[in-house]
Amino acid sequence: MSELVFQTITELSGRLATGEISSAELTRTFIARTKSLDQRVHAFNSFDAGDALAQAVASDERRAAGQSRGPLDGIPVGLKDVIAVTGQPLTASSRMLANFVSPYDATVTARLKQAGAVLWGRLNCDEFAMGSSTENSAFGPAANPWDLARVPGGSSGGSAAAVAAGEAVATLGSDTGGSIRQPAALCGVVGLKPTYGLVSRYGLVAFASSLDQIGPMTRTVEDAAIMLGAIAGHDENDSTSYRSQIPDYRAELKRRPGPWRIGLPREYFGEGLDPEIGAAVEQAVAFYRAQGCEVKPVSLPHTPYCLDTYYIIATAEASSNLARFDGVRYGHRSKDAKDAVDLYFKSRSEGFGPEVKRRIILGTYVLSSGYYDAFYLRAQKVRTLIRRDFLKAYEEVDALLTPTSPVPAFKLGEKSDPLALYLCDIYTIGVNLAGLPAISVPCGFTRAGLPIGLQLIGQPFQEADLLALAHVYERAHDWCRRRPAFAAVASSG
Amino acid sequence: MPYEAVIGLEVHVQIKTRSKIFTRVAAGYGQPENTLTDPVVLALPGSLPVMNKAALDAIIKAGLLLGCEIAPVCKWDRKNYFYPDSPKNYQISQYDQPICLGGHVEIELPGPARNVMGEHKRIPLTRIHLEEDVGKLNHFATDSLVDYNRAGTPLMEIVSEPALHTAEEAFAYLTSLRATMIYGGISDCDMEKGQLRCDANISIRPVGAATLGTKVELKNLNSISYVRDGIAHEIKRQLGVLERGGTIVQETRDYDGLTGTSQSLRSKEMAHDYRYFPDPDLMPVQVDEGWKQRLRAECPELPFDKQRRFLEQYQLPYTLTSVLVWDRALADYFEAAVASADTSQAQAVGNWIVNDLLRELGSAKLQLAETKVKPAQLAALVKLVESGTLRTNTAKEVFVEMFASGEAPDAIATRRGLNSAPTDAGELEQWCRDAIAGNPKALAEFNAGKDSAINAFKGPVMKAAKGKADPKLVDATLRRLLATM
Repeated sequence: MSELVFQTITELSGRLATGEISSAELTRTFIARTKSLDQRVHAFNSFDAGDALAQAVASDERRAAGQSRGPLDGIPVGLKDVIAVTGQPLTASSRMLANFVSPYDATVTARLKQAGAVLWGRLNCDEFAMGSSTENSAFGPAANPWDLARVPGGSSGGSAAAVAAGEAVATLGSDTGGSIRQPAALCGVVGLKPTYGLVSRYGLVAFASSLDQIGPMTRTVEDAAIMLGAIAGHDENDSTSYRSQIPDYRAELKRRPGPWRIGLPREYFGEGLDPEIGAAVEQAVAFYRAQGCEVKPVSLPHTPYCLDTYYIIATAEASSNLARFDGVRYGHRSKDAKDAVDLYFKSRSEGFGPEVKRRIILGTYVLSSGYYDAFYLRAQKVRTLIRRDFLKAYEEVDALLTPTSPVPAFKLGEKSDPLALYLCDIYTIGVNLAGLPAISVPCGFTRAGLPIGLQLIGQPFQEADLLALAHVYERAHDWCRRRPAFAAVASSG
Repeated sequence: MPYEAVIGLEVHVQIKTRSKIFTRVAAGYGQPENTLTDPVVLALPGSLPVMNKAALDAIIKAGLLLGCEIAPVCKWDRKNYFYPDSPKNYQISQYDQPICLGGHVEIELPGPARNVMGEHKRIPLTRIHLEEDVGKLNHFATDSLVDYNRAGTPLMEIVSEPALHTAEEAFAYLTSLRATMIYGGISDCDMEKGQLRCDANISIRPVGAATLGTKVELKNLNSISYVRDGIAHEIKRQLGVLERGGTIVQETRDYDGLTGTSQSLRSKEMAHDYRYFPDPDLMPVQVDEGWKQRLRAECPELPFDKQRRFLEQYQLPYTLTSVLVWDRALADYFEAAVASADTSQAQAVGNWIVNDLLRELGSAKLQLAETKVKPAQLAALVKLVESGTLRTNTAKEVFVEMFASGEAPDAIATRRGLNSAPTDAGELEQWCRDAIAGNPKALAEFNAGKDSAINAFKGPVMKAAKGKADPKLVDATLRRLLATM
């Protein structure tokens, strides 16, 4: 059965449809595997095996009654521990919410339930999704299945590692500055950050409201299309959700891809890019050229300002979004507080980890009286310029191609300087600032056997085109069929 | 040195909507603690606000009623501060682009006498913006508990220019503003329920000075009378400080209406840095002409405009209008009744409403909407009196019965045989002669020039007529007979 855990949604839904396997069997397989493996991977903060099995049994009963709900019905799907599920923990990998159980469903949760998915486990991540390595989790870091001494990336490291290790068929992550794409690249899976507004944020623990998007992490582009189709679309509970027609993304993959014009942003191939990653991306460029695509250099001149802009806007919003965690209504409450103010100080000091505190302090500072114009307001203006860079490039090209991460998975504890970690996101944050869709697909391995990710950036709400472009590449390569050695050993042992 | 006070008012008015400002859960008062909550109200992780359009409609309407300019685009900002009654520890409000700019509140100051209209003034407004209300803290011996039922109730903040100068003006301002909000159906403005709350910024300066003095913010003015008393007290306090050679400290003071004293809450040094920034969870709202026009069509005539019209159109005395126009339902009732009667009977209709209807409503503890007396029935009663069919005293009895049963006045009068009898001139004249003959003392007094002595004859006539004689005719007959004696 070890084969089963590395299959795609498409393959498994076929097997479920023929009755070759049941959702209960499939779910039991994942439960057993996770129980045996996850002490080493730590992709999960928690899981509720009984609840998952009950969902699987319900799926099997629907199928038996001829009421199956489509390709996700009965498929175990893991959710990052920042997405609310009724009756399940919602910790954001923080001591602050260690004992918090959500009384309500996120919109994506409700939609996955509607699609029949078996919601499986609470996936580890950086605390409040702040980080690029999952080392900021209050419950301990996750490991990269390709090398357990290395990080899976972050902040959706658990979501990426769970797919890579065969502990879930597909997962949801959230991406504020690269938190889906970077761990997808580091773990050798597909990660899609949708256009801002395509997927509802209702029920996603907010980090930076104007940047956060939920998206799928899967083995294949086709699976990402299936997952996106289930969760995308307008939601009246999220004022920033966009009213648009949601195409059948999976069916759209099969349409003949147009004569693509692909842009290579100069600024994304400079200093700091690991040469092995540069070479792998060059190979991908060569592939698209060979497919008859026009590939040409473009410029996104404000790229050097992305990191600063991002860390002003994201921290400003976070400082306000995280103010609600005060120990008054829910979450960690300090035991020895003297009064209300003391309760705030103690509860927040005890509940938040160092990176979260760092960002709250930074965000509070940039919004302070006398600094607002110089920092926050200026950053918003630069953000507009960054978005214009992209839209201008799209006058000449249909999509952009870049590396996802400048470096492959690094060792746990290797990057202790926060600034060094922030640089992991230099190729991904511009996309969030501009609100664009982007996908990371596996495009090779380093000599040390670490996965490399290719980032394709699309136009607003044109996820169908973006997925089709990625699909063309993926079909011609077998990167997604490779398994981490650890996972193979683990399952045989 | 003569000083003058400069006062600006910040008035918070809860908007009457079915649901809260950013979520579907019901808004309300007096429910069990923390029952009007949901993930959004409690600021659970992941919850998001969605703007309630009815709240927007209401504030735009308020702006139109007060002559404000409505911003073509408005946005929402987060006001960041920690307090246990604020579930998110930020309040969604409007900072630099309020929805309503400018405008004014018309006020009337007390006149030289009760029956004479006072001076009218227009107090300019700075702005009106929309925000969310917070929860309520309840303090106990060792603990404080929070009730979030009120949190998320739509709230307007109406900010006046520092253009008021006396406690009386502030009182008149609030009275007018409150009536305007109630008229527009925007709020019930019940201060006991916290639906209208007022803070005052008060400073004093030498008369004629161009700059403002140091301001003191006065909070917790929980009734319109407290606003008047609190401001008067603060002006006196500041004058006292200056007279003793002291300086006014910029601070926030808490007024206690029961003791009539105030104490300092915090000084300027402890002022908050609210770190305002645009709320990324909410989209800016564009208010187009069509939207404004639709709301403009719903705007009622304001009390002072109505009063001017009532004085002109119905020739009512000022005192009557000043009762009728402040309650929109009462004014509507009056106009409906006049429409059923005749414009020439408007004053009589008004008197019946103000004297009788309001008295009966008061003693029955009923609202106007609950009365069984329809405007047309009141009009019918007035007509019966004016035509002489019912005597005034009898009509009052009929009215009491109408009020109790809702029966038509002519039906009551007929059933009870209260209509004045068709006049038999000969019979009436005989009763009059008998009455005069039976009271020589009164006759002597009358002849000596005491006109009111005539009333002594009327009782016996009415008694003989079993109360059915027309008083005017009795009076006329008596005078004719007395003149010949």
